[in-house]
Amino acid sequence: MSTDMKQTHGIDPDVIPRSLESSNLSDEDHCIRVRNLNLYYGETQALKNISMDIARRRVTAFIGPSGCGKSTLLRCFNRMNDLVGSVRIDGSIELDGEEINAKSVQVAQLRQRVGMVFQKPNPFPKSIYENVAYGLRLQGVKSRRTLDDIIEKALRGAALWDEVKDRLHDNALGMSGGQQQRLVIARAIAVEQEVLLLNEPASALDPISTLKIEELIDELKDKYTIIIVTHNMQQAARVSDYTAFMYLGKLIEYGATNKIFTNPGEKMTEDYVTGRYG
Amino acid sequence: MDDRSLKAWWRSGVPWIWLNAAAVAASLAMVVGLLGLIAYNGLGHFWPHAVWEFSYRAADGSGVQHLIGEISDSELTSVERMRHAGAQLPENIGEDLERYLLKTGNRDVSGLDFRWILGPLIQERHRPRDLVVFERTEWGNFYGFLKNLKQDGKVVSEGKAAWTELQARLHYVDEVRAQIKDIEKGRIGEINYRIEQLRLDKRRLELEGSDTPQRLAQIEDQRAALQARFRELQKELDAKYREISNDSVTMIAMGDQEVDVPVSNIVRAYRPNDMGALQKAGFYLSKLWEFVSADPREANTEGGIFPAIFGTVIMVMLMSVIVTPFGVVAAVYLREYAKQGPLTRLIRIAVNNLAGVPSIVYGVFGLGFFVYFLGGNIDQLFYPEALPAPTFGTPGLMWASLTLALLTLPVVIVATEEGLSRIPSSIREGSLALGATKAETLWRTVLPMASPAMMTGLILAVARAAGEVAPLMLVGVVKLAPSLPLDGNPPFVHLDRKFMHLGFHIYDVGFQSPNVEAARPLVYATALLLVVVILVLNLAAISIRNHLRERYRELEQ
Repeated sequence: MSTDMKQTHGIDPDVIPRSLESSNLSDEDHCIRVRNLNLYYGETQALKNISMDIARRRVTAFIGPSGCGKSTLLRCFNRMNDLVGSVRIDGSIELDGEEINAKSVQVAQLRQRVGMVFQKPNPFPKSIYENVAYGLRLQGVKSRRTLDDIIEKALRGAALWDEVKDRLHDNALGMSGGQQQRLVIARAIAVEQEVLLLNEPASALDPISTLKIEELIDELKDKYTIIIVTHNMQQAARVSDYTAFMYLGKLIEYGATNKIFTNPGEKMTEDYVTGRYG
Repeated sequence: MDDRSLKAWWRSGVPWIWLNAAAVAASLAMVVGLLGLIAYNGLGHFWPHAVWEFSYRAADGSGVQHLIGEISDSELTSVERMRHAGAQLPENIGEDLERYLLKTGNRDVSGLDFRWILGPLIQERHRPRDLVVFERTEWGNFYGFLKNLKQDGKVVSEGKAAWTELQARLHYVDEVRAQIKDIEKGRIGEINYRIEQLRLDKRRLELEGSDTPQRLAQIEDQRAALQARFRELQKELDAKYREISNDSVTMIAMGDQEVDVPVSNIVRAYRPNDMGALQKAGFYLSKLWEFVSADPREANTEGGIFPAIFGTVIMVMLMSVIVTPFGVVAAVYLREYAKQGPLTRLIRIAVNNLAGVPSIVYGVFGLGFFVYFLGGNIDQLFYPEALPAPTFGTPGLMWASLTLALLTLPVVIVATEEGLSRIPSSIREGSLALGATKAETLWRTVLPMASPAMMTGLILAVARAAGEVAPLMLVGVVKLAPSLPLDGNPPFVHLDRKFMHLGFHIYDVGFQSPNVEAARPLVYATALLLVVVILVLNLAAISIRNHLRERYRELEQ
């Protein structure tokens, strides 16, 4: 972590502010609305009164030191925290105006709309083809032709098609880490999830694979709302339109990425992005 | 080696390596020794041994005897002891003497088929080439010289010609015997089965109160038809029996006694002293084949053990079919759905302890609950027409399989739980994140990935179940089952039937047999076969597991 900080110390201004059509968050169409979200693991409060809007078809990055709650917040959006027994949530999270924690919401259906890619690539021990087909089969797609079409489109979408088209029926575990991670993204693309939650998607990958993932994120943001948790400040700066800085369960600062990295409003944010602290 | 280097040697850990290696070597030697002993004693039995003719001065001084037999054992014993027992031995033969256990056969003639003879009293011994051994359908082996062959009491050939003629007639007898078996077991068996079904049908109609005259007449017609068919077959059978009962051979047995042996009693005739190595090998293989493929004869001391092999295998398979789904479902609930807490911990402890309950206890439970309670109620409900004769209310294949399934359930549960807990949570989350429900995740990803662990559980279960004997004696295994649990009469699989089992067969042949001495080699041979059967079952399961492992290789960490 501290090495991360050192690398990002003194960010090269050339890499950051990318021209955005709209750099003002309030002008955006909001996909997710979070209001007064508190989350407790047993007695410990992991998220404190978080309120934020996530822009549709933009990349939003969550940054912050380890244990600040950014992953926990991310996992709230597809209710992955349900798997933890002792978790308690209050406040509201709306996806397209619908409360996702409502009793009437079926978690599986929510997750068909909100996908997640994890830190470590987690392809199933099946063929590449079956990995991508997994979500489709869950939805009851049976026609071989439909499957073939969607799978090719998804693999192309994840910039993986050219590498694997000749070995679609090989075991996915034989791929490299970077390929596996893109396969996992293809899996999400195949079911046409609207929101992609990326939890440190490149932290287990080598620099070249990381680059490919970042390029992929850039391509995908035309179609998907992407939220990425990352430890890598440069990565956040490179790929995201908006950045949220969290610390100890609180949302410290949230705004356009270029603003956060060049002209943060909070001292704490400045210290963190310049690597003075973390 | 000075003090320091000794210390260094000790500290280097070399003594430990040697100790461990020695322990491994000792275990290996024990396993190899065990299998070797069983194999040597068991497989040697089928080899045609030389048959000796002795001139023997009887130990009680009653004169010179003429003895014929195989030497089946020998031991050193003290002259002193033999003298004490009343043996009249020559002077100056030293401290010890060799004595031999002679298998003289001819139980119907001399009453005994084994006797000890003392080495120093043998005056002369040789192996006449024309000594004939018969294996018979009853009374065990017969040893003697062939004098002549008779048909309807008249001599048809003598001496050398008689031997050739006997071979031809034996061949014919074999064929007829196979036909007889086919009629008795196959066709008459089927008719008996159907007549019994008709009786039950009639009884059922009576119980239901719907025994209208037409229906009864119908049944009566069918029965009459079957009985007519039966009489026909019986006639055919009688003819066949007569056909082979005409011939007999006159033999000169031990003590120059003349004995008539009906040819229809002879299963095999051979002259071991006249056989070359190749002939002996052929004989050996045919005996071995008989052992694994034929029915037992003479209270299990002769013939084959096919019904026992079959019973063991089918029982283990049924057990696997029952225990796997049960165990897996239980483990899935315990690991995936049940709230982890004191209660689940208690259940786990209970399951683990069940594995330690002595198997005979399961047998008692099986008898009390499955056989008497469940079986009794099933009979009341579904088979009232057969009562008071029980159908399922008596030990049988199904109850034995169920009892063993219960016995091996803990192993499967524990192994499956182990497998489930090893599936990385990232895989589950990956599936859930794609919109799968928990059940879908289980079915599509977790269970297939845990299948090698389930197979491991099953392998352990099979290994344990195939070797169990004690509980089976209470819930379904018998000394001799008249028919296999699988046959051509619908419903083809008869779960209510009693069956034979290799483990019990070992016990029965070794300790309950009327002729322990003759049966002893069969104990070893059966034991060897039991080991082989378990090995084959295990290897099959292991190869399935390896196949699954290859397929669901877990993520490299």
